[in-house]
Amino acid sequence: MSKDEHLLSTLATNEYDYGFTTNIEMELAPKGLNEDTIRYISEKKNEPEWMLEWRLKAFKHFLQMSMPDWQNFPMPEIDFQGISYFAAPKKNQLKSLDEVDPELLDTFNKLGIPLEEQKLLSGVAVDAVFDSVSVATTFREKLAEQGIIFCSFGEAVQNHPELVKKYLGTVVPQTDNVFAALNAAVFSDGSFAYIPKGVRCPMELSTYFRINSQNTGQFERTLLVADEGSYVSYLEGCTAPMRDENQLHAAVVELIALDNAEIKYSTVQNWYPGDKEGKGGIYNFVTKRGICKGKNSKISWTQVETGSAITWKYPSVILKGDNSVGEFYSVALTRNKQLADTGTKMIHLGKNTRSRIISKGISAGNSHNSYRGQVSIHASAPGSRNFTQCDSLLIGDRCGAHTFPYIENRNSSSVIEHEATTSKIAEDQIFYLNQRGIDTEKAVALIVNGYASEVLNKLPMEFAVEARKLLAVSLDGSVG
Amino acid sequence: MLKIKNLQAKVDDKEILKGIDLEIKAGEIHAIMGPNGSGKSTLASVLAGNPGFEITGGEALFEGKDLLDLAPEERAREGLFLAFQYPVEIPGVSNMTFLKTALEEIRTHKGLPPLSAKEFMQLLKQKQELVELKTSLVNRSVNEGFSGGEKKRNEILQLAMLEPKLAILDETDSGLDIDALRVVAAGVNKLRSEQNAFLVITHYQRLLDYIVPDVVHILFEGRIVKSGSKDLALQLEEKGYDWLREEVVGG
Repeated sequence: MSKDEHLLSTLATNEYDYGFTTNIEMELAPKGLNEDTIRYISEKKNEPEWMLEWRLKAFKHFLQMSMPDWQNFPMPEIDFQGISYFAAPKKNQLKSLDEVDPELLDTFNKLGIPLEEQKLLSGVAVDAVFDSVSVATTFREKLAEQGIIFCSFGEAVQNHPELVKKYLGTVVPQTDNVFAALNAAVFSDGSFAYIPKGVRCPMELSTYFRINSQNTGQFERTLLVADEGSYVSYLEGCTAPMRDENQLHAAVVELIALDNAEIKYSTVQNWYPGDKEGKGGIYNFVTKRGICKGKNSKISWTQVETGSAITWKYPSVILKGDNSVGEFYSVALTRNKQLADTGTKMIHLGKNTRSRIISKGISAGNSHNSYRGQVSIHASAPGSRNFTQCDSLLIGDRCGAHTFPYIENRNSSSVIEHEATTSKIAEDQIFYLNQRGIDTEKAVALIVNGYASEVLNKLPMEFAVEARKLLAVSLDGSVG
Repeated sequence: MLKIKNLQAKVDDKEILKGIDLEIKAGEIHAIMGPNGSGKSTLASVLAGNPGFEITGGEALFEGKDLLDLAPEERAREGLFLAFQYPVEIPGVSNMTFLKTALEEIRTHKGLPPLSAKEFMQLLKQKQELVELKTSLVNRSVNEGFSGGEKKRNEILQLAMLEPKLAILDETDSGLDIDALRVVAAGVNKLRSEQNAFLVITHYQRLLDYIVPDVVHILFEGRIVKSGSKDLALQLEEKGYDWLREEVVGG
């Protein structure tokens, strides 16, 4: 992370400027989930009636849905009534870094995160007060000059209701899955971006720029619309491990690309994975989907997943427009007792659509890492192609790598290619690097980075540098 | 520089080295020759610390330090280099990143600051010319898709970059055509000095026409059975290993 970004992220995560998180209100937030909870959230956010109705409708769906049972890990018991649904992530603030898990601090230091930011990330009360409004505003003004809207979801509901109404829930319907329904009912906040026709967004949009992203983590909702001929690159997440009181995270991301538009969405997810036994880690159940609605449009997902006790996540693309392109580049690293079931769906509906999937799983410790991918070429999509490369790397002999491809092709002029490999880090590779003065930990980091380089190279440069460091740090102590 | 006494080692319960004695001083080039299976490559692996081999006896001192007590990376940082007979491919890791990482580790160990990107590139360019390795290969993944000759030249490039005190060349000539052999040998000759030493392991005398050794040792069934001047290599070439077999068994 560059100095500027450090500063920005420090600035942007200050709770001081964002109205609704006073301590009193947080304490008053009722636990439990019922219609009143949803009315409470909607009222606190001063939402219009249509938004409340949308939430209530989602809640009705939620009540009728059951937990998924197809994933490759036992679903944990989740007490939906035991959760407080209104922005309360910082209720148990720690007094100093002495109270933080020392291993977490060690990781912070290896990643070179400044002290004040360490406190922020691990939930320690921060004294330093910066004026975050001015920085965020500067960026926003610059974007506004080109007609780009980039704001919190809550602000978008207030200021751009026509856009929100038009696109909300059109890619991930409320009924998609139980977590998507829950999110639709209780989402706290999130990001909204609209890129107007023909505009190339001049900077990478990042949650860093948005105030108060820390407080919306649990049920975040993101909606990005790229109008005809526009381009946007969006960065989500942070390489620093974030501690959070909330165990369940259920975010929804919807991307819409109209004719000739391109969206590039990059994520680095490093939520607290729990201790060595996996205790206290985040359950990350995310629904991310984009639609290439217009012809010649393109959506590209790149993700680096290293955190969370459980990751359940399938960033997908619906290729509706003719000649549209969907891409999914993923590195998922699991260690200790982490569980990841992640992959993508590429649904080809339009003619001559193309999709490309590069998935690199890395399993260490006692972890289990599954790739689950669906490629579906419909009868309406002649001349389409998919290429899937799905690789698994095992470190040690107590972990598992699993691959679950679902492939269907309903026309004769389309082609699906699937390649899969499973490998272990060879001892002769490690010895070779040792013989050049490189110790085993660094050797493994080099080999793993090499293995994942095809995906890492898809990240915006600065993010890629951080991600490489993150992979190296995440594997410390996994070998030998 | 290197003092080996009665070194014994085995792999998979098979005794390979049965008591090696060898002393190499700074400025010297030693050659080890011997038939297949005599233990030449095992000796190289054991000295470099390959965990696939078990030391069953003897000792090895490198610059006065107990070599066998050091981890492979520590031996490398102390200045022991092995040019591998079969260099390993590391997909996705660029040769340049690899060289830079290795050089930094070794410089740090010597108490030297890391080179700047510019200094590193200058050094690399200079050493690259020494082994006539194409720039495109420096940018490619380590050894991936390299021809046999390119892999061997890449080993010598690493040798040139890391400037070890003792370099062990394990059958560096195998699989090289005559032109590549000349390039590799010329590289080694430019790198030799009064401060460093080489242990050249080879099956054929041919390499020793280009890298002229001070001492030639003949390894047979896990023991050094003969040592002599470079003429010994010629003698061996002429009479073949059968002559040796008879001589050793007969004697």
